[in-house]
Amino acid sequence: MTLGDAPPPSPSPAGGGGNHSAPLLEVRNLRVEFPTRRGTLVAVDDVSFTISSGEVLGVVGESGAGKSLTGMAIIGLLEAPGRIAAGQILLEGTRIDDLAPDAMRRIRGRHIGAIFQDPLTSLDPLYTIGRQITETIVAHLPVSRSEARERTITLLAEVGIPAPEWRMDHYPHQFSGGMRQRVVIALALCAEPKLIIADEPTTALDVSTQAQIIRLLQRLSQQHGTAVMLITHDMGVIAETAHRVAVMYAGRIVEIGAARAVIQAPRHPYTAGLMRSIPRVGASAPRLAQIDGAMPRLAAIPPGCAFHPRCPQRFELCDSARPQLFESDDRRTACWLYSDAPTG
Amino acid sequence: MNARGSLVRAWDSDLAYSFRHTPVAVAAAALTLLCVGGALLAPLIAPHNPFDLASVNLLDALTPPAWTQHGNAAYPLGTDNQGRDMLSAILYGTRISLGVGVAAVLFSMALGVTLGLIAGYLGGRVDAVLMRIADVQLSFPAILVALLIDGVAHVVLPREWRSGMAVYVLIFSIGISGWVQYARTVRGSTLVEKNKEYVQAARVIGRRATAIMWHHLLPNVMGPVLVLATIHLATAIIAEATLSFLGVGMPPTTPSLGTLIRVGNDFLFSGEWWIAVFPGVALVMLVLSVNLLGDWLRDALNPKLR
Amino acid sequence: MRQPAEVARALVALQGVGRDFDVSKPWLNRVVERAPRQLLTAVDDFSLEVRSGETVALVGESGCGKSTVARLIVGLYPPSRGRIEFDGAPQAAPASGIWSAGVRRRMQMIFQDPYASLNPRWRVMDIVAEPLRVQGSLTRRADLQARVSELLAQVGLSAADGEKYPHEFSGGQRQRISIARALSSTPEFLICDEPTSALDVSVQAQILNLMKELQERLRLTYLFISHNLAVVSQMATRVGVMYLGRLVELADAPTLFSRPRHPYTRMLLDAIPDLDMSGGPRTPVAGEVANPLAPPAGCTFHPRCPLADQRCRAERPKLSPAQGALVACHAVEEERG
Repeated sequence: MTLGDAPPPSPSPAGGGGNHSAPLLEVRNLRVEFPTRRGTLVAVDDVSFTISSGEVLGVVGESGAGKSLTGMAIIGLLEAPGRIAAGQILLEGTRIDDLAPDAMRRIRGRHIGAIFQDPLTSLDPLYTIGRQITETIVAHLPVSRSEARERTITLLAEVGIPAPEWRMDHYPHQFSGGMRQRVVIALALCAEPKLIIADEPTTALDVSTQAQIIRLLQRLSQQHGTAVMLITHDMGVIAETAHRVAVMYAGRIVEIGAARAVIQAPRHPYTAGLMRSIPRVGASAPRLAQIDGAMPRLAAIPPGCAFHPRCPQRFELCDSARPQLFESDDRRTACWLYSDAPTG
Repeated sequence: MNARGSLVRAWDSDLAYSFRHTPVAVAAAALTLLCVGGALLAPLIAPHNPFDLASVNLLDALTPPAWTQHGNAAYPLGTDNQGRDMLSAILYGTRISLGVGVAAVLFSMALGVTLGLIAGYLGGRVDAVLMRIADVQLSFPAILVALLIDGVAHVVLPREWRSGMAVYVLIFSIGISGWVQYARTVRGSTLVEKNKEYVQAARVIGRRATAIMWHHLLPNVMGPVLVLATIHLATAIIAEATLSFLGVGMPPTTPSLGTLIRVGNDFLFSGEWWIAVFPGVALVMLVLSVNLLGDWLRDALNPKLR
Repeated sequence: MRQPAEVARALVALQGVGRDFDVSKPWLNRVVERAPRQLLTAVDDFSLEVRSGETVALVGESGCGKSTVARLIVGLYPPSRGRIEFDGAPQAAPASGIWSAGVRRRMQMIFQDPYASLNPRWRVMDIVAEPLRVQGSLTRRADLQARVSELLAQVGLSAADGEKYPHEFSGGQRQRISIARALSSTPEFLICDEPTSALDVSVQAQILNLMKELQERLRLTYLFISHNLAVVSQMATRVGVMYLGRLVELADAPTLFSRPRHPYTRMLLDAIPDLDMSGGPRTPVAGEVANPLAPPAGCTFHPRCPLADQRCRAERPKLSPAQGALVACHAVEEERG
């Protein structure tokens, strides 16, 4: 069973993967805070981006960058005491960040699907996978149970589960890790959502399985026209799947643009440092280029540009003034080097 | 790290913060402190010594509490059928109840934690045997186990020793009846911890099994044990009171709260209510405050609830 | 200039090593359900020599046995078959502890999970000093503290960090503490079990650079376990590829990466995401790792192999020399692949 059918996406020069008119998802100035007894921690700070229908937006960053929390905020699964302190999230023009829990729950199942990292805990171990998928379909779409069953079989075949009519009566523990993640993808797609939030969907899988799942996600999003917000720390996954990518650091977006452009010609010093520190087969350098220091803890984010203490190209402006995202050639970079300000 | 620094860190820790902000915990702690203080300071603050037969005046027997009609200010809570001051008896009785309770818990804890660590770390047959013994013991109510051991001791020990040894027999029997909870909890935690890499690292370094269990595993499995111990303290005190009430615990010459209730029970419906009620109230206060403290501790230490 | 007599000696030698795990259900269940005993063969017929000064990497996916090999070498459990020797000395009888204290001092291990590999209740100073205390060479507190400060400085931390607890450090810093602990008994051989897999990419670069630096400075020999071929290409001088408990290819790093021979090695290399986005031809990945409890007959890789034929389904290939590497594949042997 091979999945060599779909070639990797060739992102158009404009960087979009789909329809450019009204964006499907719009996040405006999102701010997620955690009140603690020692003060309020800002985990996501003034984050704005859009996802168009059918597009795959990669959100990449290291641990603590706030990418998972952004995804959780969008889907309405932020765990207390975390809360959305400011900003707006709009799905097809309507605000979803201020909905009552019940209304959000309906949106969550029907319009936004989710894929999480651990396929073992994403599925209920007590129900067969067929039942979990048909229940979800019936709950969100106006179809009969037998119709739902038919759709389940088709969907399972699409995600690459062999002999779906028979395997749909199996329990999650009877599947291997990679197969389980395929089931999770099927579950996310079954209510025909317009947007899927995938949080590290391949991290817990073997390298060869990762490659298969990445291709599957990409193929399905193309075929169903589903937009995907792909959250990961792995630039490789982004390179294979995403049309556009947003790089996050210390809760802020530092660079956002077409995936190919950002990966091959990164502008922000952090993105550049990150790309240089990724080991590659066949590289000849004895030492990997490294960024000294570490991402600041939420309680100790430096003033001005959050990256300035580690930046090889910093100058005086950087430690006092926080840069916004400066736009040029369809790429936005939060760095004073790319503004019109004198760089000293 | 100096002591003052450690104290500041402890005060500032999440646990202390939770304590300061939970009124019930503070009240419970205050009450516990009152009971413990009263018990510890009994020889100093009790108006009379109820065990000193010379100071006990049979003519003062069955005096009601001081604020009632026939009361006597010298005996604030009245006297029992032998003329012993109730307040003093309660203070000394609390001392015994608390003493037996704490000692039994410590004994249970030592036994249970040790067996739990061994069962969890060594696994295999040792684990299977220990857990089957635990299962069998659990199928009996704890109080019956204690009763059984107590009864056997009463028969086995020569009569002259029975009164003197009563405390130790009680501690032993209540202790033996309670080890299983600790063992099971510690075994569970040990099973999780022993697969963690710091244990493997210790084995690579060459440490022996006993050193690993004592230095590495013990500090990491003690958390739930402390919560268990606090709750077990309340149970142990009640168990001692029950055994004394049934007549197989502390003798009337050195009464615990349970013994006092037993003695008072006979007079409850003939009008001398204070002999049973006041020790009963003291027992309830003690057990309630310990229970509430244990509840708070369990919630405060639960990372999921924070 | 290398003297003829100074051929690098084998520091660690494994011959025909195998390890089985009893994963049968508990006795009571087996009796009641009449279920048979189940044996999981995690490693089989594994032979390898690690020479002084090298970095040998073992790569493979989950269930391939590389972590088991690491633990067999370090002595966490004995092999079911075969021999392991350290600098010529064989393992002792299991009753007295697998390696002698002398060998244990010369061989140390770094683990994958920076959060689980340090005892959360111990101070860093005690964690790093533990091997020294067990060894008994330094007993005075002042001496131990001096040595610990020296080690912490070597891995890029400060002496004051010795007073802190692990939870006060980030993942990368904890891994540095792990390295400091491993180095405290001045070992010659370090087994590194996925030391950077749980770390962010930028932190990984720091730790890998540190490890290379330490290797040069302290003349260490590494056995590097990883599932990440890119990391391995950065670190290793020789690479062994494992699949379901066996070595399928063993070659010098440059040889393996430029001309991989075994179909599984090629598949692993093709599965690495292409950061250069060159869009070059890549063989699609097929299937998943088989269940190690019921491995396929013959060559265990045959269900996923594009070159599998009748012989592959029936006969298990042996590791044999082929074009400068050791490869266990019928197709390569028959020069089909």
